[in-house]
Amino acid sequence: MAVVPIQRKPLTLAERIYLPQIAAGLWITLRHLFSPRVTLSYPEERPAIPPGYRGAPTLVKDPNGREKCVSCQLCEFICPPRAIRITPGAIPADDPSAHVEKAPQAFDIDMLRCIYCGLCEEVCPEEAIFLQNKYSTSGYTRSELVNHKDRLYEMGGTLPDTHYKWDRKKAAAEEGASHG
Amino acid sequence: MNLFLQLPFWFQGVLKGLAVIFVIFPMAGACSMAERKVSAWMQGRPGPNRAIVPWIGWIPVVGPVLQRLGLFHLLADGLKFVFKEEPVPGQVNKFYFGLAPVLGMIPAFTTVAVVPFGAYVGSGGEIVPLMLANVDVGLLAVFAVSSLGIYSLILAGWASNSKYPFLGGIRASAQLISYELSLTLAVVPVFLWINAPGAPATWSLVKVVEFQSQPGFWGGAWFLFTMPLSAAIFLIALFAETNRQPFDMPESEADLVGGFHTEYGAFKWSLFFVAEYSNMIVGSGVFTLLFLGGWNPLPWLPLAKFAALAGLLGHPLLLGIASVAIFVAKILLMIFFFMWVRWTVPRFRYDQVMRLGWQKLLPLSILNLAAYAVGIAWL
Repeated sequence: MAVVPIQRKPLTLAERIYLPQIAAGLWITLRHLFSPRVTLSYPEERPAIPPGYRGAPTLVKDPNGREKCVSCQLCEFICPPRAIRITPGAIPADDPSAHVEKAPQAFDIDMLRCIYCGLCEEVCPEEAIFLQNKYSTSGYTRSELVNHKDRLYEMGGTLPDTHYKWDRKKAAAEEGASHG
Repeated sequence: MNLFLQLPFWFQGVLKGLAVIFVIFPMAGACSMAERKVSAWMQGRPGPNRAIVPWIGWIPVVGPVLQRLGLFHLLADGLKFVFKEEPVPGQVNKFYFGLAPVLGMIPAFTTVAVVPFGAYVGSGGEIVPLMLANVDVGLLAVFAVSSLGIYSLILAGWASNSKYPFLGGIRASAQLISYELSLTLAVVPVFLWINAPGAPATWSLVKVVEFQSQPGFWGGAWFLFTMPLSAAIFLIALFAETNRQPFDMPESEADLVGGFHTEYGAFKWSLFFVAEYSNMIVGSGVFTLLFLGGWNPLPWLPLAKFAALAGLLGHPLLLGIASVAIFVAKILLMIFFFMWVRWTVPRFRYDQVMRLGWQKLLPLSILNLAAYAVGIAWL
């Protein structure tokens, strides 16, 4: 590493007296005194959430109202703080989405452990779990801060789907069967 | 007024003392609130604006404005300090630990007595100052008593029996002693000027204001214009004496946690705070009297002329109130200046404070004194 000597200019008389410098500083702070406030009065005013924000993880449904999670448990395995607990379950045969592999019987995310890293969203092969814009989590007890399946779906809502993977798989299977 | 003068002497004293406490205490509290607001505004924040007494919040326009100004935080803070539990750390020397904040209050409140805060024109056309004790030593009394305030800081630092308060106390004593010299030397030219040879000598602050309200160009000029260097030195030393930024060595929360009051909490801590702000108020008052013309509304516009212009000559009560308002407005401007500087200038290092005090301000004030002494002798 080359050493670069930096020339320090000697202070001018005004700088050494220092009072003009203070006056300049006073002028700056005086302008700030009359400039508009930048604080957001939080509970009344809410910040605009930018796209791609990583809030609380939620589960989503597809536009047909089918729960997209197939309880493959990849998110549970990748979750660094082990905030996710999934109990896989079978789908009854008379269900309209019986052609889907599985569905979670229970799906708990412990918000006291979640670190909002977004790995669950990234790893999900079904695009079923998304970190959406809920940023404020509070509760009076520990158990209140564990989001259960129904609450996760309530927070997640429905997101648009471009694949309809399981429907197309079912259609392909039926077509293949008809072709013998 | 006559009724008041007929009261026994000790009762008058008690009333005056209570008046000081009930005026200065809330003023100091209001200053702490103003400090929070001013700092917030300078940093682009709205500042404390939540606390409100419900039935005042119901008043349509006034309520929300008062809430936004944060006036009720003052009430909430005060109540908190009174009712909060007072932890006394185990290692402290309990007697002196409790004594220190009280000692801090004494000079803060005592100096108010000799500071005139207004005047009215008497029946004979003479200016009658409003003050609690019109003593001829005036400013000397202020200096003598206010320098006792160091004992409070030293005692607090020493009695706390812990290293940061101790360092804070030591810094406080060193700083206050260093700047007291320049402070006193800076005002000597003023008194050299007003004490004409032959006339009875005086240290009275009333005389200083009277001197600044004479007719003519030189007579009506405030000492700020005729002695700018004295005013600057006095102001800088005043910042140091009141432990304000950039000289708040005794406190310097970045390196000393809280300085001399690290171990204090609740009401005792708030007493230090009130004492600091009272010192600021009295200091600003003395600066106003010495260099800003006291209760004269504008330079070259003395109070008597102002009274004649405003038609208040026959109303001593109204004129008295007006003069007090003018004086208090000047003090508030000074206090705003204190806060303004605090949120502008970063804290000096300890060695810088010492160098500034001993190597710059002290020689400068001595030269200033010598120059004015020669000039005044020559005239």
